[in-house]
Amino acid sequence: MSYLRKVLAIVWKDVRAELRTKDILSSMLVFAGLSVLIFQFAFDLRADNVRLVLPGVLWIAITFAGVLGLNRSFILEQDRGSLEGLLLAPVDRSAIYFGKLIGNLLFIFAVELLLLPLMTVLFNVWLLSPALLLVVALGTVGYAAVGTLFAALSINTRAREVMLPILLFPVMVPVFVAGVQAVSRLLDGDSLADIVRWIQLLVAYDAIFLAAAMLLFDYVVEE
Amino acid sequence: MITISKLIKAFGRRPVLRGIDLEVPAGQSVALFGPNGAGKTTLIRIIAGLSKLSSGQVLLGGQDAQKAGPALRRYIGFVSHSPLIYDSLTAEENLHFFGRMYETPDLPERINQVLEQVGLAGRRKDVVRTFSRGMIQRLAIGRAILHNPPILLLDEPDTGLDQQAADMLRKLLVELGSGDRTVLLTTHNLERGIEWADRALILNGGRVRFDAATGDLGGGHFRRIYTETVGGV
Repeated sequence: MSYLRKVLAIVWKDVRAELRTKDILSSMLVFAGLSVLIFQFAFDLRADNVRLVLPGVLWIAITFAGVLGLNRSFILEQDRGSLEGLLLAPVDRSAIYFGKLIGNLLFIFAVELLLLPLMTVLFNVWLLSPALLLVVALGTVGYAAVGTLFAALSINTRAREVMLPILLFPVMVPVFVAGVQAVSRLLDGDSLADIVRWIQLLVAYDAIFLAAAMLLFDYVVEE
Repeated sequence: MITISKLIKAFGRRPVLRGIDLEVPAGQSVALFGPNGAGKTTLIRIIAGLSKLSSGQVLLGGQDAQKAGPALRRYIGFVSHSPLIYDSLTAEENLHFFGRMYETPDLPERINQVLEQVGLAGRRKDVVRTFSRGMIQRLAIGRAILHNPPILLLDEPDTGLDQQAADMLRKLLVELGSGDRTVLLTTHNLERGIEWADRALILNGGRVRFDAATGDLGGGHFRRIYTETVGGV
């Protein structure tokens, strides 16, 4: 319980600070909205081709907006010197990882909460079915799990803002492939049972990388 | 109590600490002096558990600081060049957050006590980014003592403070150094350090070059010793 309380304290701190400054959410929301609008103009999406392109547009918007938030979450800690304050606390460092992860997840989910209805309206395709929301949620968990670890890793590098996507995107390929394929099949009218293979891949990815990140985080933040 | 034996720290091939042996009994206040690059900050960071040593041993209250679990970090309060607080939270929210991380008992009451002690009770609801450098440093000290640690490590806490803020900090440090708390402080201000501490150490080239009680070091005497030890200032 003590571990969980400390995880929640970190989440509380991140959410409280973000609600006051809106540093992370505002940039993520604007970026996600603009990228969807640009895709709509660029591809001239019409009813006959929208289902082909939409899954890719959705995951690109989530990925690029997400990387902004992931980057900022640790850069703000590093620049203000507050990360060391966290590392000094008498808590297993995996609690810091999970606290930051949950905070990042909440911010990405908040963006998706606005992004999916926006895309539904813009492209006139229903993107709010429970099955599609499940796929997006599972993909987001895997993305945030790896992204939070790599964001902690990249803050000590010289080109830290560039380093995160360079490290993160290659590792995220299974999530993108599974996410795009699953959303695409759902938009074609398949049911959740028809895409169970992709769901299993996303669940396995989430489990493996959550466990790996929990074990590795201490080494990543160590001097 | 802090016991350091044969401590060596190197960054790659560059040695920073070359065999430190030091014992600081409970309740003693020690001022650590030395030029830039002498290894003061590295030593403090190793004691705080923020940096790994290359060889040797650091014992805090008899426990090996490098091998003990996270619970040992509860023994330490650390004030660094950076305040280690969140400028988008209020003073009270910062202390509330760190109090939860340290599982401080009777937290609301303890926050009140600490804010009174560091003279920020009237600004408790203000966001930290509106604070002056001196106020931020006082809040950083408040964060460090919130969980009432038996060991307080202060790495140049007076850096960037004006005279008034430095005087306020000195009063606070005298108060914090009383009782059973062990305090280790680094500073470049020789007079202020000598006035405040029970014992003075000079670190240079990764080794302790001078170690004496501060009682006999007043009146410019220590400045002469320092100059001779580090080779001119």
